[in-house]
Amino acid sequence: MLEKAFVGDKKYWAWVISLMAVIGVATLFYLRQYSEGLGVTGLGRDVTWGFYIAQFTFLVGVAASAVMVVLPYYLHDYKAFAKITILGEFLAISAVTMCMTFIFVDMGQPFRIVNVFLYPSPTSMMFWDTVSLSGYMVLNIIISHVTLGAEKQGMAPPKWIKPVIILSIPWAVSIHTVTAFLYAGLGARPFWMTAILAPRFLASAFAAGPALLILFCLILRKVTKFDAGREPVQTLAKIVTYAMAVNVFFVLMEVFTAVYSGIPEHLEHFKFMFLGLEGSSMMAPWMWVSSILAVVSLILLLNPKARRNESWLVMACIAVFLSLWIDKGMALIVTGFVPSVLGAVPTYVPTVTELMISLGIYALGLLMVTVLYKIALSVRGQWETKRIIESQRSPVKAGS
Amino acid sequence: MGIDRRKFFKVSGLTALGLAGGSVSKVFSRETPYGDSVQTRTWGTEPPKGPLTAQRWAMVIDLRKCHEQPDCNDCVAACHSTHNVPDWGNPKDEVKWIWKESFEHAFHDQEHPYQQESLKYLPALVLCNHCDNPPCVRVCPTGATWKRDKDGIVMMDWHRCIGCRYCVVACPYGSRSFNWRDPRPKIQKIEPDFPTRSRGVVEKCTFCEERLARGMLPACVEACKYGAMHFGDLEDADSNVRKLLSERYTIRRKPGLGTNPEVYYIV
Ligand code: SF4
Ligand code: SF4
Repeated sequence: MLEKAFVGDKKYWAWVISLMAVIGVATLFYLRQYSEGLGVTGLGRDVTWGFYIAQFTFLVGVAASAVMVVLPYYLHDYKAFAKITILGEFLAISAVTMCMTFIFVDMGQPFRIVNVFLYPSPTSMMFWDTVSLSGYMVLNIIISHVTLGAEKQGMAPPKWIKPVIILSIPWAVSIHTVTAFLYAGLGARPFWMTAILAPRFLASAFAAGPALLILFCLILRKVTKFDAGREPVQTLAKIVTYAMAVNVFFVLMEVFTAVYSGIPEHLEHFKFMFLGLEGSSMMAPWMWVSSILAVVSLILLLNPKARRNESWLVMACIAVFLSLWIDKGMALIVTGFVPSVLGAVPTYVPTVTELMISLGIYALGLLMVTVLYKIALSVRGQWETKRIIESQRSPVKAGS
Repeated sequence: MGIDRRKFFKVSGLTALGLAGGSVSKVFSRETPYGDSVQTRTWGTEPPKGPLTAQRWAMVIDLRKCHEQPDCNDCVAACHSTHNVPDWGNPKDEVKWIWKESFEHAFHDQEHPYQQESLKYLPALVLCNHCDNPPCVRVCPTGATWKRDKDGIVMMDWHRCIGCRYCVVACPYGSRSFNWRDPRPKIQKIEPDFPTRSRGVVEKCTFCEERLARGMLPACVEACKYGAMHFGDLEDADSNVRKLLSERYTIRRKPGLGTNPEVYYIV
């Protein structure tokens, strides 16, 4: 099936090559980081995890959110998702790849990572996270390969795949739960030590992931023959609405507990996040943007008229995605370190190197999404685009 | 003499060392304003043979004595030069095994604004607490840090550590340092008897297990001229540390977290 990735029109190649260029540049930055050490990042003694780990956390959510299309389709036989289930699974595979790459670039000794398997340590949540993420990756590769292969031959997928798919549902929940457990079990970090962290992770994941999937479906409709159809997009929009509402509710519960109890070690983190602490207010503007975007998205999503209008829906999805990305991909991890365990207020700003490497990993993810979606749609004969006609015309244009 | 000698060492650090050595070292004693005696020792020609052992090593630090010597940095200097700890001169890359922290920071949850002046600015010596229930060990995905069964020391394997820094995140005391860059160029004088570390691994105080194995007290304890640091066996009811703990009011850092730190402070 992979051969489908190697035939495409000019636009396709231009897109693929520009993504590769970004990955190439990012690789150079990584080589610098590899030879000089993680000192080239903004991380330091007090803020030991930052942008990389935050992206990892956010993307585990995107990966887990595939369950929001898999579950209705396979468990409830919700036919409207038939066309997009494979898109969800391929998004999950790409997201898990990004997660693993983010972990890799965050390691001080990346080539010793095999030690996690050589000396398995079941008391460590990082061990379980590795197990659950790799398992999820394998499950999704098997499922998408088998179902798409069957579709290519015009046959029903083999029976044995059904239990594998069912297994992938709780497994998706587990990857984000275990990722929350990475943080939630540490007495040293009161900001994360909250039982609602895993539920909150899941809620935000089930909002951000499907929002992204909606955007992908609409983009595909624009640039290819593939049309997900109105119903699945609207159903996804409802899922985003519920999940976002639950997420905001969970966040407000966190704020209540911290503010009403007034216990400094909980409260100070929230102060840092929304108001600034001891003159360090770098996070506050971002958090306000995130909060405003959350409110705006909810107003749009909860209003059926706006939700049913696809251009409003696009705005709402972008707002959801950005809001949650700021919350999880920026604030959540760094705030755990401010104030530090000794009560200091460190500053952390990611460096250009850090941002470029991260950009490269996102480009890698997008490249995977592109290639995998191309394969899926080519199998269905839906990739051939309006653009082909354009690209056939363009040489004439170029010549004239 | 094997058993007797080892048992003798268990009783206490300094005194036992001085006496057991006989020809090896000399003990000087003087009274302090607090009525306890300070012992300093000089090595003779050869150090005592046989390792120092204990069932549970612990340390008692007398902050009042540190406070009397605001300019003294002997323990820190001794530790860092013995263990090839680099000096980065900036807080971001900083690597440290033992250092002076303000009381307010070291005992974050126990200070208040009207505290006696001396306490407020009291520099508290902090180092790895060799917790009895160490969260750093619990989170390590490779077993690169572990609690040694025989004496409770929290150990580090710099060759196995993958540099994930999970242990740094999990330690409630900021006791662990990560090598953000290659430390070797920043080591003032490389001590050939002790390994240097590479970039990308975590390090911390090891209660000088390499010295204990050669029958020597931790470098910081040995360097302290004022008797502020006491090192001994917590399981031995007659040890120096047990004596101090039963006679003095002592506190530990963040006791509420259940980590059971084994460094105690007399304030
Ligand atoms: S002080 Fe920190 S590094 Fe040392 S044993 Fe306790 S938790 Fe681990
Ligand atoms: S940084 Fe090293 S010692 Fe610390 S948790 Fe990771 S592998 Fe273990």
